[in-house]
Amino acid sequence: MLVFGVFVLYPVSYGLWLARNPASYQKLFEDPVFFRTVVNTIVFLLVAVNLKFILALFLSGFFVHERKWIRWLSVIFIIPWAVPAIPTIFSIRFMLNPEWGVINSLIFRLTGQDGPNWLTDPRLAMAMAILVHIWKALPFWTLILMAGRLAIPKELYEAASVDGASGWQKFRYVTWPSIRTLYVTSTLLSLIWTLGDFNSVYLLTGGQPADQTHVLATLGIRYIRLDQLDQAMATIVVALPFVLPLVYFMMKRLSADEQKAS
Amino acid sequence: MNRKLLREARLWLVAIPVLLWTLIPIYHIFLFSISTKDSAFSGKLWPDHPTLRNFGIVFRQEHFYLHHFWNQIWNSLWIAVAVGVLTLVVATTAAFAISRLKVRGGRTVMNAALFTYFIPAAFLAVPMYKAMGTYGLLNSRWSLVLAMVTLASPYAIWVLKQASDKLPWELDEAARIDGATPLQLFRLVYLPLMLPSLVAIGTYALLLAWNEYLYAFLLLSHENTIPLAVGLGHFLASDDSPWEILMATALIYALPPAAIYYAFRRYMVGGLTAGAVKS
Repeated sequence: MLVFGVFVLYPVSYGLWLARNPASYQKLFEDPVFFRTVVNTIVFLLVAVNLKFILALFLSGFFVHERKWIRWLSVIFIIPWAVPAIPTIFSIRFMLNPEWGVINSLIFRLTGQDGPNWLTDPRLAMAMAILVHIWKALPFWTLILMAGRLAIPKELYEAASVDGASGWQKFRYVTWPSIRTLYVTSTLLSLIWTLGDFNSVYLLTGGQPADQTHVLATLGIRYIRLDQLDQAMATIVVALPFVLPLVYFMMKRLSADEQKAS
Repeated sequence: MNRKLLREARLWLVAIPVLLWTLIPIYHIFLFSISTKDSAFSGKLWPDHPTLRNFGIVFRQEHFYLHHFWNQIWNSLWIAVAVGVLTLVVATTAAFAISRLKVRGGRTVMNAALFTYFIPAAFLAVPMYKAMGTYGLLNSRWSLVLAMVTLASPYAIWVLKQASDKLPWELDEAARIDGATPLQLFRLVYLPLMLPSLVAIGTYALLLAWNEYLYAFLLLSHENTIPLAVGLGHFLASDDSPWEILMATALIYALPPAAIYYAFRRYMVGGLTAGAVKS
């Protein structure tokens, strides 16, 4: 508890105290990078979270099939989640290198044309960051949704088959109602974590080119590197109105569960 | 029969893209690490002369970026183990106090723990950096250890509290009737029963610390204190960095956590999903 006080409460309140200076906000809002960052963050969140969960929902339906080879595939599938972020993100970064990367070499060999500048075009670079994020986080959420699907009693599906339900109807009337709560909770949690995803963006693009590909999580670090702690703190405080309601909502959900359980 | 075949084919149609999507970046690392500099860029799926030379260069610290390789891997290990042990101490005692002794304010601590767990670590980095500066810990390995313990504890406390709530109360009562003090209860009854969860949480904290990049590079910058993760980041300082050597180092860095993850997968996935499915 002492640890908690010293390393959580103190930094947070100290940070808020640091951030009291209104001038740092003004400076922050006047920084053209900031506006770009906010737009990037919103796009990143909307696309990454939704795409990830649609894929996870689909793939969880694939992985629940009872085959030995599918179980093996699921063991391989979890690798991106199991290994540290740096090696794989660097690997992808090299694959996307416009001059020597394997992807553009392949494009050149097949079409004779130079491939796109994956990481120096801001839009493409953001899209690639989203892909890296999905590559890394998809296995975890697929696993969670799969556990949700496995918890549905088999008898429900058998009954539906007897009634002549199609695959889609089974999903619509049996699967979805059972995992909807889990799906929503997971999406919210993922929204918070995606907002805090520093690695996928920073290790891939470093905010380059020209600081056009920052998200809020990396912008704070950029200001630290520039030795502008006040603005770094202001960035975090600006993000709080989005984070705190989500956190509050998650906590309510979880403590409601706990009371049900006990 | 035909319909069955069709269904199998549909499954494979999903499986093959999934397999490629998952493995290509991993294979890319592996391919580079066993290639010579010239053949690495030839775009072949398998090098003409696979070699372990890159690993030799790494282990003998023969490259400019690798002069401190063994030092850095030792730092990574030291930090990871320290985080694992300290997190266990903090979380186990906290969970025991809240769940078994029912200390006052336990609920508040649980809520506070959940709260910090949900706030993204990248946002806590700025105040943490500032606080470590105030404590004068910047550039000491302890700063990273303490920061990571802070990040790992909330989840650890939460999971261990859930697990210990499931232990039967009768055991505590029996031990108390036999005259056990809370400390004896903790040592003789509680710890042995909690062992599987403790293994899972210890592993979780260990891996979290080994894999961490953001905090490591913020808090540590001296070449004698940085862990391997930050050392890898240094490769990007220049455009003509030796990819094949970086990839060999990256592979060495990624293997231990992957091995540990798969060894304890049963515990880790079990713990995670148990928490998530309930909600």
